[in-house]
Amino acid sequence: MSAGQIDPRRLRAMVVKEGVQILRDPSTILIALALPVLLLFLFGYAINLDNARTHIGLAVQDDSAAAQSLALAYQHSPYFAVTTARTVAPLRARMIAGEIRGIVVIPQDFGSGAARGHRPPIQIIADGSQPNAANFTTAYARGVAQTWAAQEAEAAGLRAPLPTDMSLRFWYNPSLASRNFLVPGAIAIVMTMIGTLLTSLVIAREWERGTMEAMMATPMRMSEFLISKIVPYFLLALASMAMCTLLATLVFGVPLRGSLPALLLLTVAYLMPALGQGLFISAATKNQFVASQIALLSGFLPTFLLSGFLFEIASMPKWIQAITYIVPARYFIPALQTVFLAGDIWAVILPAVACLLGFGAIFFLLCFRSTRRSLDK
Amino acid sequence: MGDAVAIATGVVKRFAGLAAPALDGVSMTICTGGVTGLVGPDGAGKTTLIRILAGLMAADEGDIAVLGQAPGEELADLGYMPQRFGLYEDLSVEQNLTLYADMRELPDDEREATFARLLNFTDLARFRDRMAGNLSGGMKQKLGLACALVKRPRLLLLDEPGVGVDPISRRELWAMVQELTADAHYGGMGVLWSTAYLDEAEKCDRVYLLNEGKLLFEGDPAELTGSVADRVVRLTGFAQRRRRLLTEMLDREGVIDGTIQGRSVRLLLDREDRLAGDSGFQLAPATPRFEDGFIERLGGGPKGTSRLAEAYREVPADSGKAIVARGLTKTFGDFTAASDVSFEVPYGTIFGLLGPNGAGKSTTFKMLCGLLTPSHGECAVAGHDLRTSGGKARAALGYMAQKFSLYGDLSVAQNLDFFAGAYGLTRGGARDAIARVTEVFELGDVLKVNAGTLPLGFKQRLALAAAVMHEPPVLFLDEPTSGVDPVTRREFWTHINGLVEKGVAVLVTTHFMEEAEYCDQITLIYRSQQIASGTPDDLKQQAADMAALDDPTMEDTFIAMIEASDAQREAGEAAA
Repeated sequence: MSAGQIDPRRLRAMVVKEGVQILRDPSTILIALALPVLLLFLFGYAINLDNARTHIGLAVQDDSAAAQSLALAYQHSPYFAVTTARTVAPLRARMIAGEIRGIVVIPQDFGSGAARGHRPPIQIIADGSQPNAANFTTAYARGVAQTWAAQEAEAAGLRAPLPTDMSLRFWYNPSLASRNFLVPGAIAIVMTMIGTLLTSLVIAREWERGTMEAMMATPMRMSEFLISKIVPYFLLALASMAMCTLLATLVFGVPLRGSLPALLLLTVAYLMPALGQGLFISAATKNQFVASQIALLSGFLPTFLLSGFLFEIASMPKWIQAITYIVPARYFIPALQTVFLAGDIWAVILPAVACLLGFGAIFFLLCFRSTRRSLDK
Repeated sequence: MGDAVAIATGVVKRFAGLAAPALDGVSMTICTGGVTGLVGPDGAGKTTLIRILAGLMAADEGDIAVLGQAPGEELADLGYMPQRFGLYEDLSVEQNLTLYADMRELPDDEREATFARLLNFTDLARFRDRMAGNLSGGMKQKLGLACALVKRPRLLLLDEPGVGVDPISRRELWAMVQELTADAHYGGMGVLWSTAYLDEAEKCDRVYLLNEGKLLFEGDPAELTGSVADRVVRLTGFAQRRRRLLTEMLDREGVIDGTIQGRSVRLLLDREDRLAGDSGFQLAPATPRFEDGFIERLGGGPKGTSRLAEAYREVPADSGKAIVARGLTKTFGDFTAASDVSFEVPYGTIFGLLGPNGAGKSTTFKMLCGLLTPSHGECAVAGHDLRTSGGKARAALGYMAQKFSLYGDLSVAQNLDFFAGAYGLTRGGARDAIARVTEVFELGDVLKVNAGTLPLGFKQRLALAAAVMHEPPVLFLDEPTSGVDPVTRREFWTHINGLVEKGVAVLVTTHFMEEAEYCDQITLIYRSQQIASGTPDDLKQQAADMAALDDPTMEDTFIAMIEASDAQREAGEAAA
């Protein structure tokens, strides 16, 4: 690191140069502006994690009217496609084959027990190998039974003596449209692409083309050099963010319940570690190919897999859960989903912003330390 | 020369993993008002020294003062042009200049005048808005120089500005830098020009000759050249084949060095009267060159007999033409890369394809190797038509390029194994061939070393060894010795001359003029056309007549012919 003042004119010249290079490079524009559209459409339309019409099995072991009525309630539920059997055994085979996600068992004395004033509980079995789906399945299966019980009680003119009086509602995303939480996640992926993947190439490219050497022989400060790399990509990422937000709200109908300043704050905070990581990789490897591979492995994949975007962190093994704490997107994606789906809940946003800025500071420190004005290894 | 702008004393630089230091106690002084030459073959340490002066690397030992400060302190007054020019290829000529002007803090009010002067000076004014990546090599180099000059530096460091560009561009650049040192506007500027071309060394005001990190000579280049005056002679009028005479002469005591120059043989002797009283040739004094002095300081050239050639099979003399090209044309879209190129190469001769970069010689070369299919015309190697039996043709040729032909991360033995396999030698044949070339080229001690870390001289030997393991009757050499030291180059051509005497046909592409002197026949390719063909002496004679030159060198000849071709074309365009 060379000490000394940052010269605004030199800095401006470097930023302009970097900007011209971005505008002249079709692949950069493609990644910054075309790829987000592609990703949003992919997650907005093509991939659907909704559990509407989940296939379940229904083992009706009782012939009473009550049991038949409950079975009918399941069959009429808009959430389930039901396969009925007398016993659990055939259904278990289908669950192992992956054809159904859960089994609801209506026990033998379901009707007669009710007459005696003590209704035996129904049993709900879910396929725990897919925790997300299992959660939804049990919740909805319970919901159906509760609704049915409430209606029964109303018809009988008295309150049902249920062991627990529980009602289940999904807030913020009541219809549980996966699009609503996938699209903010996809925006995080886009930010990572621009912040980390694109910037991982920029310093390495100067080394490979020999321009680094020529620049280091001018009075340019290394701090000016690094800032000139950050500013254009920061602006590019913000432009991309604006585009993504417009697409998400106008085209996909994702609600934006929070405020724009909150969204901006969160985005700026996330770009710090994203840009810092990309630049650090670039400065440390000095090779575009290696840099892009490392950026993919250390930036893009964790954002995809370890951030809670596609896979629930709570259902990961403990040691992988520990790793997720050093993935910046882990803080960004839930906060982003909050801003989109719930609103400005500062108790969620501010800690996330603090974590992200902390990561950013670490990466920038590493970056400045690894960019020395020297060709010595 | 004037004041010292850079002084280095006892500089030592070591790199991890290399036993020998890259710089071993080098001292130099760069003064204003002239060009200081930093001369030496590739790998001598020139770039390392320049980078240390520019403050880009730290020396392990020694004292360095640049413009009175530690290196890297006075960067605003330093002009530095790295080997790859340091240009942004996706910025225009003007944007590159503007960027460097901003970096070097050129005041706004001087900018317009400075740009105009530099663009005029480099003849780039027409290309102001062109992307730097779309400039030719020569133009990039000039733009690189303009960027280094944008703030009137007090010290200008040029790292091999002549590398990879043709002799004309090289001469133009030299003239430009020469002009700068005389220009009052740039008064008080010191220039360091590094080069592997020894002919450039002769033109410098002061020279530092570097070899393997050690300083071999410093001072006025004329002093080194003068040290061999009267001992350089030219032999003409002999009856033998010139290659045989050269071999004989080099094996004699008292002959330090020898080369072929067209039909004559040029020798450096240890005593003026060494050949007095010999008969069978005429003896005339020849102009001493810087290279003669360099060779003597390196302990003289190799002896004349090639052990490779001695062990090589005799190629039957009556097997027709080795290489035939008839009307070879290659077009890429509406661009013609080579147009109607025709020549024949008999066995036992060397044929040279000469031309500036981008003239079409590589295209022609690739068609003859079967790497490109000609759009028109035909070509055959060792009697095999490249179109119908390319595989057989390729099996009959050995290919060597000085660059890129070895696997740097494989050991020497692994490289040899690989090439033996690639040329289809049987297991026993491969073993014998590897044993033979290992012995001939003295590779025994380095068999386990990675090829990439070998000194340049060894790489050169290894590349040739790999190309001749299958004893091909035809040898293709692509820029075989550019950048190597003169002793290694002599050694290389000793082998080639020996092989040619065994009947091998050699095709060589080069823009290194000394290599052209070894050829029996030359064709000069320029703008995809064959503009001249003949023996080196014929071409020199033609050029002498054309441009009224007295005893032109091969480089003079080359330049005269290209200029004549340009004049003819311009006249044609003006008439049309």
